[in-house]
Amino acid sequence: MLAKRIIPCLDVKGGRVVKGVSFVNLKDAGDPVEVAKNYEAQGADELCFLDITASSDERAILLDIVRHTADEVSMPLTVGGGVRKVKDVQILLSAGADKVAINTAAITRPEFVREASRQFGSSTIVVAIDAKRSKDKKNYWEIYTHGGRNATGIDAIDWAAKMEDYGAGEILLTSMDQDGQTTGYDLELTRAVCERVHIPVIASGGVGTLEHLYEGLTIGKADAALAASIFHYQTYAIHEAKDYLAKRGVAVRL
Amino acid sequence: MKIVIVDYGSGNLRSVQRSFERAGFSSQITHDPNILSEATHLVVPGVGAFSDCMDNLEKLQLLEPIREFIKADKPYLGMCLGLQILFSEGTEFGSKPGLGILPGQVVRFAKNELKVPHMGWNQITIQKEIPQLKGIPNGTYFYFVHSYYGTPENKECIATTTDYGVQFPSAIAQGRLFACQFHPEKSQEMGRQLLKNFANL
Repeated sequence: MLAKRIIPCLDVKGGRVVKGVSFVNLKDAGDPVEVAKNYEAQGADELCFLDITASSDERAILLDIVRHTADEVSMPLTVGGGVRKVKDVQILLSAGADKVAINTAAITRPEFVREASRQFGSSTIVVAIDAKRSKDKKNYWEIYTHGGRNATGIDAIDWAAKMEDYGAGEILLTSMDQDGQTTGYDLELTRAVCERVHIPVIASGGVGTLEHLYEGLTIGKADAALAASIFHYQTYAIHEAKDYLAKRGVAVRL
Repeated sequence: MKIVIVDYGSGNLRSVQRSFERAGFSSQITHDPNILSEATHLVVPGVGAFSDCMDNLEKLQLLEPIREFIKADKPYLGMCLGLQILFSEGTEFGSKPGLGILPGQVVRFAKNELKVPHMGWNQITIQKEIPQLKGIPNGTYFYFVHSYYGTPENKECIATTTDYGVQFPSAIAQGRLFACQFHPEKSQEMGRQLLKNFANL
């Protein structure tokens, strides 16, 4: 049986691991390669690096980290942040990323997703969606870009379906409302997207307890659960999370 | 011993080479038919589309050397596309002939409630005891990412199966030919065990 995946996420800035609360108040803590090795030893199924500054001068540092990580761990690695051109995708894949997450650039020019998935295969292209719940309309989520600063007027659920049509192999879905709040995923959002698309969906944003992971994978119907701070600050080890999920009947790789 | 990893432009093969290194074996990445002919162990990895893979192998004049290597029953390890191209026919982007080592088609997962690609860690059920699977228990998880799978006419070659809506062949073995749909280079310790078994053939 296909296991639900547990994916620790490392926010990387200037070659260091940071974790923000709702994308501000970043704390610096840790070497990404060491953290990645540690997560592998703990039983992580996959890794995700998000380059949260993605300025051009820091790009070289990120590529170096991707190379080192790919050398040191044997599990899939998704890298995102500042991916704007087909060339960016190619450079990250050659450095050792298995999948590349595209966010803002997909909104600026959706054809980019089609071009990238044609050239490198759907399974290497993840579309990242940052969504915020509407205060006026019930069950409506709008996409935001630039770390949650810019509203786009795009319906997140329709967008996920469109990105599947354009060749995305996976959706990385982050609730901007929940991110950094440690009060759990936006389960309605997660479920709505999971029920709409036929490609895997990674739930992201808001995990504070093991129960939250369980909810995202069951009520939210996500294929994978991404979390940063609970693993990064060692609130729980990944194997503890998996033991907990297994006890509650979720198929995980122990 | 000379382990050769075939590079036909399918992206980064460093992780395959590095996995062999971590398992204790050096290897060489090449698309040169002359170097390939010196191989004692041949590895054909792969991501991407069936037809692109066959086209690239043809352009690089690697199809015949690979066929001959397999016919001589030397140790072959195919991963993902390296398994799929062994079949007589691929169906991704229209019908396309494969190497034809194994009669059968490569087909897409049927559209149902299950997500495609089949992506993540799934278990193998061992169908026959072979040296390539030594030290790997039944039910071990390996990392998969694919939308197509091979359906051999001759079921005897099925080494492991995996359940994803259907029981599909997740590894095949015939003599010293072994190929798996999953990615040993992304499958941590058990992946390394498999590479070690292969190198020790």
